[in-house]
Amino acid sequence: MSYKWNHVASLQRPEIKLESLKEDIKEYFKISGWEKKLQNAVYSELSVFPSPSHPAAPPEHLKEPLVYMRKAQGSWEKRILKSLNSMCTELSIPLARKRPVGEQKELLNKWNEMGTDEPDLSLFRPVYAPKDFLEVLINLRNPNYENGDSLSFRTHLGLIQVPLKVKDIPELKEFFVELGLTTGQLGIDDSTQVPPELFENEHVRIGQKVLAEQDSAAAQQYIRQGSPTALRAELWALILNISSQPEDILYYEQLKTNVIQHDLLVDSLIYKDVKLTASNDDYYFVFEDYLYQVLLCFSRDTSVLGHFAYNSASPPKSYIRGKLGLEEYAVFYPPNGVIPFHGFSMYVAPLCFLYHEPSKLYQIFREMYVRFFFRLHSISSHPSGIVSLCLLFETLLQTYLPQLFYHLREIGAQPLRISFKWMVRAFSGYLATDQLLLLWDRILGYNSLEILAVLAAAVFAFRAVNLMEVTSLAAAEAVLADLSTLKVMPLLQIFLFATVT
Amino acid sequence: METPPEPSEGEWDFYWCDVSWLRENFDHTYMDEHVRISHFRNHYELTRKNYMVKNLKRFRKQLEREAGKLEAAKCDFFPKTFEMPCEYHLFVEEFRKNPGITWIMKPVARSQGKGIFLFRRLKDIMDWRKGNAGKKLTSLEAQPARSTANPSGSHDARSSDDQKEDIPVENYVAQRYIENPYLIGGRKFDLRVYVLVMSYIPLRAWLYRDGFARFSNTRFTLSSIDDQYVHLTNVAVQKTSPDYHPKKGCKWMLQRFRQYLASKHGPEAVETLFSDMDNIFIRSLQSVQKVIISDKHCFELYGYDILIDQDLKPWLLEVNASPSLTASSQEDYELKTCLLEDTLHVVDMEARLTGREKRVGGFDLMWNDGPVSREEGPPDLSGMGNFVTNTHLGCVNDRKKQLRQLFRSLQGQKKASS
Repeated sequence: MSYKWNHVASLQRPEIKLESLKEDIKEYFKISGWEKKLQNAVYSELSVFPSPSHPAAPPEHLKEPLVYMRKAQGSWEKRILKSLNSMCTELSIPLARKRPVGEQKELLNKWNEMGTDEPDLSLFRPVYAPKDFLEVLINLRNPNYENGDSLSFRTHLGLIQVPLKVKDIPELKEFFVELGLTTGQLGIDDSTQVPPELFENEHVRIGQKVLAEQDSAAAQQYIRQGSPTALRAELWALILNISSQPEDILYYEQLKTNVIQHDLLVDSLIYKDVKLTASNDDYYFVFEDYLYQVLLCFSRDTSVLGHFAYNSASPPKSYIRGKLGLEEYAVFYPPNGVIPFHGFSMYVAPLCFLYHEPSKLYQIFREMYVRFFFRLHSISSHPSGIVSLCLLFETLLQTYLPQLFYHLREIGAQPLRISFKWMVRAFSGYLATDQLLLLWDRILGYNSLEILAVLAAAVFAFRAVNLMEVTSLAAAEAVLADLSTLKVMPLLQIFLFATVT
Repeated sequence: METPPEPSEGEWDFYWCDVSWLRENFDHTYMDEHVRISHFRNHYELTRKNYMVKNLKRFRKQLEREAGKLEAAKCDFFPKTFEMPCEYHLFVEEFRKNPGITWIMKPVARSQGKGIFLFRRLKDIMDWRKGNAGKKLTSLEAQPARSTANPSGSHDARSSDDQKEDIPVENYVAQRYIENPYLIGGRKFDLRVYVLVMSYIPLRAWLYRDGFARFSNTRFTLSSIDDQYVHLTNVAVQKTSPDYHPKKGCKWMLQRFRQYLASKHGPEAVETLFSDMDNIFIRSLQSVQKVIISDKHCFELYGYDILIDQDLKPWLLEVNASPSLTASSQEDYELKTCLLEDTLHVVDMEARLTGREKRVGGFDLMWNDGPVSREEGPPDLSGMGNFVTNTHLGCVNDRKKQLRQLFRSLQGQKKASS
């Protein structure tokens, strides 16, 4: 946050009295809106950083308190890096190289239409796909936990075999209390049959008020009931505490310059991912160019390294040629420490619906990544981490739809094998865009990804009748292949609040 | 229902015909009262660009006389157009008044983007006028039409080979090119909307809720006016673009488009845009109302092409009497089959409807010898009076449910009255 020294300088005027200085400054902060901005900034830090821990705890504990999880994340990272390095050697492409001036000029000209470029990407493969990651999670074990060989009704029948604490439905009902049957929701109570006087009009009015007040905390509370389409872009920016200051735009331009000057191997991976996923999507294909503009800059953004303080993952290290092992010549690769995987670009695509100015779109995506998305592909014990989400999903299914769960397990169609890809992508590309945005409203509102697991379970519950009749994994996949017609909020409400438990 | 007599050859009750068949046979075909045919005899008054312009200009003048300039200005949804070659001199006058702007030359009777080119210099069309049509013309003709036969409404169904030999003496229109189109993702697009006209006198028109936005595959820039792929968004043209990948489809359903605009500009701006589009449909139909031979056997499903500019003003590009019914994707297939199904419901060969319905499936009655109001629907968002037209373009289309309810209640009414 930058301080406007010219405002402070005005305090040097003669009418400022030393006796009342403290009160005057407080008053000044309130009037100028800076008090609100400070509050929002503090609130933002509180939302992102974990609560203070024991002073003697080493920094690794902040990343991930459980040793076995840290170890597992470490080996997974080694595997990814090995895969990246071998691709690099196989193709004889350097991890990074400076672009010749001619190439730089060309790229600058094509900046707004990089999608028209069709480089030969046939030799590149994604470094990993979600299902590779799932295999790692399935093999996670807590060495201090003895399950015993005997099966009991407490045995977890799913794929995840680590004893993390997850919420059950009564706890979820309490956590998601604003999604209850008696509270108005966008996504339900704004449907065509419901007269807008009942809920929608008032909700929109409150939303406008929240925006006028510029209060992050209030916005976060408000958005639990969904955001009106017209207010969503601003509300998300408020909750994420993003305001496009000149220095932010400058920063983005600087990243763009980095992209122009240097070519990274990771860029080809990004290109390939966009071409394979977003470009083939019926709706997101239009935003192809924005995706490159965001993701290529993202790879070079070293400020992202900051989030590794609370991410169980660590940025891969690479060494300047010839200086292997010498710490002074170690660099993080890619510069932001995040290696994209198959489907990564789908985190950005829905945001293109809301933000059209590249630097703002970039900031919003970056903030969403360091607050939420990173948890979906790193091994940790955090309640919003992918491991907990998988366990939550399986537990909900086993507890509340035991017959379905058992049946699917028997036919070799473990439910997690189907729902994993939904959760890793936060349902992007699987739900219709308007439904996805309503879902992501709640992620922001509750500052938690648990809703992804609940939705996944709710989808299975919704299609339970058909699923009971299938006899193979392929058939189960087919039943759940198309989620584009689903209405997210009714599904969640029914599953949490209207199912007899 | 009584069993109809065995039809002998040539006897039919319903014909979804080609315009060429219509031209040759309509005038000497006897049709029983109940018979329906899918075109109006002289539909080209609306669908051929030069006639449409003429009719619209005439209608505008009439409106100005009768209701004043403000009312007439509501017809300004058509970019300035001049028929060639007869209005060539008028065009040159206009051209000179606005130096540097781009114009587009379109053949009056062809479709799918064929024969169209852009120009900025009089020199370009002077060459054309001398019979030396620009290289664009022949190179465009040489490309085979990829999509299946779509009757273009032209009087001659010539093969592409013929067209290469003799430079057509057919009519063209020169139209002011809209240089500030609304872009999404840096791409230009136009909207395809379906309007079903059941009669002209009185004017009864229905608007279909679904439709789509067709995207150009390449990024919009004025510097490449030679690149017809950038500027022409017709799917037929896009399909031949080297960038075109069939999987991409390059279409958005109107619902998605409407939501996108609402999240960017707010619901009021979107309401205004869509009611401006309603205005286009109604006024264009009114302008040909007195000219078209309103035969009670005829109905017509039009495909309107609308372009939105950066000020969110809609422009009418053209009206198609035979909109393409081939599908480029599963979603497209569903839209078109439902569209046809609902068209048949409105045509109502089975005589199930009472004639007082305001909605049938995905069709909303837009004009019934006067504006049709939404009434029992949600209140008017703009707050300007209580009248809101009964159109729901780009809105939720729960047609299956509506049809079920409609036919159930019709059945009930029939039982009650029998």
